[in-house]
Amino acid sequence: MPKKKATGLTKRLEAIGKAALFALRVIKDAFRAPFELSYVWLELTDQGWLSLPLIVSSGLALGLVMTLHTRTELIKFGAGAWIPEIQCLSFFVEIGPLVAALLVAGRVGAGMGASLAEMRATEQVDAIEALSIDSFKLLVVPRVVACFLALPLLTTFMDFCGVTSGFLSEHFLSHISLQLYLARAFRGVEWSNFVPPTLKTAVFGFIIGTVSCFFGYTTNEGAEGVRKAATNSVVVSSLLIIMADVILVKIIFILFPGTAL
Amino acid sequence: MTNGKDMAVVLDHVSKTFGEKQVLRDITFSVARRETICVLGRSGTGKSVTLKLIIALTKPEMGHIWIDGDDITRLEGQALSRVRRKMGFLFQNAALFDFLTLYDNLALPLRRLTHKSEQEIEEIIDRVLRQVGLSGDKEKLPLELSGGMKKRAGLARALVLEPEILLVDEPSSGLDRITASEIDELLLKQKEHTTMIVVSHDVHGARRIADRFAVLDQGRLAGLGTPQDLEHHENETVRKLVMEG
Repeated sequence: MPKKKATGLTKRLEAIGKAALFALRVIKDAFRAPFELSYVWLELTDQGWLSLPLIVSSGLALGLVMTLHTRTELIKFGAGAWIPEIQCLSFFVEIGPLVAALLVAGRVGAGMGASLAEMRATEQVDAIEALSIDSFKLLVVPRVVACFLALPLLTTFMDFCGVTSGFLSEHFLSHISLQLYLARAFRGVEWSNFVPPTLKTAVFGFIIGTVSCFFGYTTNEGAEGVRKAATNSVVVSSLLIIMADVILVKIIFILFPGTAL
Repeated sequence: MTNGKDMAVVLDHVSKTFGEKQVLRDITFSVARRETICVLGRSGTGKSVTLKLIIALTKPEMGHIWIDGDDITRLEGQALSRVRRKMGFLFQNAALFDFLTLYDNLALPLRRLTHKSEQEIEEIIDRVLRQVGLSGDKEKLPLELSGGMKKRAGLARALVLEPEILLVDEPSSGLDRITASEIDELLLKQKEHTTMIVVSHDVHGARRIADRFAVLDQGRLAGLGTPQDLEHHENETVRKLVMEG
């Protein structure tokens, strides 16, 4: 029915508008005292430190698998010497940032959405407001700021693990030394291949934090709200990360033309 | 009804709707300073909503709510915070912050809203926890507390800023008779120097602590008066609710 479609569309547009206003409020409140540094540190520990095992194990596995795949093809063309550079560039430029962001969206995003929704369902958010404390500033802003700061650090760990497992794989297969591997790996790599793609993950962190907190903080449906918040946090933030990646890659190409491979 | 500066809380023709459902209709009553009023009623008649309206966690569609002469329904930001600070709220499930220890749950409002030193904060928390019988549990997380302990901890947090008005939502729900009675005793101790609005299903406990009852039925104020007055009320629901104990 046309009327129902219009209602659904209106609701979606309304939700997008609310999410945009929510994101603007996060930015505005992040620069307003009190700065909740102890809570930011608490969240950084939770989001960053506890995500590290996932990031490290995934980085090691991906680095290994990628070397094995590229090796087969490159050896056919006598281009085995390019394996370290390809490994290094692909991790720094795209695999590290994107996979780290998607992993954090799954682990941290779902957790943040669910925990805030549970706090809403158990009246903890109301309790904070009843104490004359700004619940948005206390619960949302530190989570988003921590996510914004944690992602570039976690991406660096993922890059390091990917390159390390790439070396280990090559070392066992072709007995290449660490010195030679590093020399080949960083032969064609410039700072602009590492810094802008790593920093773009701060935007991914902002997306994960804001989207997850939006679904968790604004729900009001009890246990069902917790489930929805967890699911929506992961799905929507993953989708937005991929869409933002396209735009950010284009921006990086414009700002650093030399990075276009 | 005017803003009644001589009253602690005044609800003036308050109505509240959630979606299609009108939860409260034209509610008017006032609470004098250091008076305890118990709000009784069947489930879903808007008792808890009344408390949330008083502390402005939700706003009414119609009417005014005066707290010490300030219309809280019209306030925002700092002005709202100033009026809210006069009130403490014990939530039905205590609503303790599950990421903080009991000590930090109580310290949070003191650190945020006062200029007290850490030593002063510790002294206040120790005193309040002693009052509610939880002095040995301050390092515990809410998950480690029993239902009765959570209620007492919630009460301690509500009292830590020494509010003039205490709002209490179902103090005895989910508790055994003895524990519920202990909570009632704690509320009775507050009675001398605090205005209290207590939402309850437990008529027995409510009769111990209340000066007056406000009985809600289908969103309307069906009866208002002392327990003895309401025992002879013309409305059968009011009589049943008041006599239940």
